[in-house]
Amino acid sequence: MQSRNEWRRMKGRREGASNSELFTLTYGALVTQLCKDYENDEEVNKQLDKMGYNIGVRLIEDFLARSSIGRCQDFRETADVIAKVAFKMYLGITPSVTNWSPAGDEFSLILENNPLVDFVELPDNHSTLVYSSLLCGVLRGALEMVQMAVDVRFAQDTLRGDSVTEIRMKFIKRIEENLPAGDE
Amino acid sequence: MADEAPFQFLHNEVLQYIYKSAENGETDNGRNIAKLENMGFRVGQGLMERLTKDTARFKDELDIMKFVCKDFWTCVFKKQIDNLRTNHQGIYVLQDNKFRLLSQLSAGKQYLEQAPKYLAFTCGLVRGALSNLGVKSIVTAEVSVMPACKFQIMIQKM
Repeated sequence: MQSRNEWRRMKGRREGASNSELFTLTYGALVTQLCKDYENDEEVNKQLDKMGYNIGVRLIEDFLARSSIGRCQDFRETADVIAKVAFKMYLGITPSVTNWSPAGDEFSLILENNPLVDFVELPDNHSTLVYSSLLCGVLRGALEMVQMAVDVRFAQDTLRGDSVTEIRMKFIKRIEENLPAGDE
Repeated sequence: MADEAPFQFLHNEVLQYIYKSAENGETDNGRNIAKLENMGFRVGQGLMERLTKDTARFKDELDIMKFVCKDFWTCVFKKQIDNLRTNHQGIYVLQDNKFRLLSQLSAGKQYLEQAPKYLAFTCGLVRGALSNLGVKSIVTAEVSVMPACKFQIMIQKM
């Protein structure tokens, strides 16, 4: 017999899960299509990253409109906003922020579970596929729109046998806004 | 709702990719539409399987259609189909007065010819969903007045 709380949690998970499943399944169909279109995993990774970038540069506007978060003071604050607000808002998960570099310009996002890879297994002939590459592009594109050039890559990937998924983000430089001549 | 955004952004990007990667954009429109529709088909199958895991068996075809209009549409688009019509001979018309995936397109007439691109994936989604329930169909869609559109389902007797 299940407690009432358990039942409610299960029910919520099934209902809530269905909508992220649409995204997950669509993403899977996209990766499958790309694997058909491109000869090797590297090309697929690049294409996913590019598509992610295109999404990111538009997603940031959506994010700023919904969250009314002001300008972040530093990279630490940026990290927290990404993990606690953005990921939660769009993917329903809250990665933890860890492994800060001494200079404070690099950190890791640790995802206990990655919704993109639900139901996914990598076949043997795609061992160099970085399945969730889209996420790297999204983060890069979004941050570029708020004047931050960053490098984003997967350091660990559960699909490739690691116990967690780890995204490593490194601050490269501030992008100067180009104001048109004559503006105050 | 924020959690609809990822799919909408992704859908848009998939569209751009399919059309950009076609060698001959103009004449390959049919192939592009088919590619999108096929992607939607597989997603629809998977989604329906998850959705109906614990559901009781459907009484009949109409019961299935009502499920598509209510539960399935709500799962995918956070709203129900606004109007369902049928001739009781295997043809169903589902009307969505504010189709989510068209909401990004301007309401002007000049965008009407772009609309089929935005409907192809969803046609496949519906066809795949029905297929998972053992129903074979042909699904087409048309936009008359943005952002309303109609999905026509023709059941194929096996």
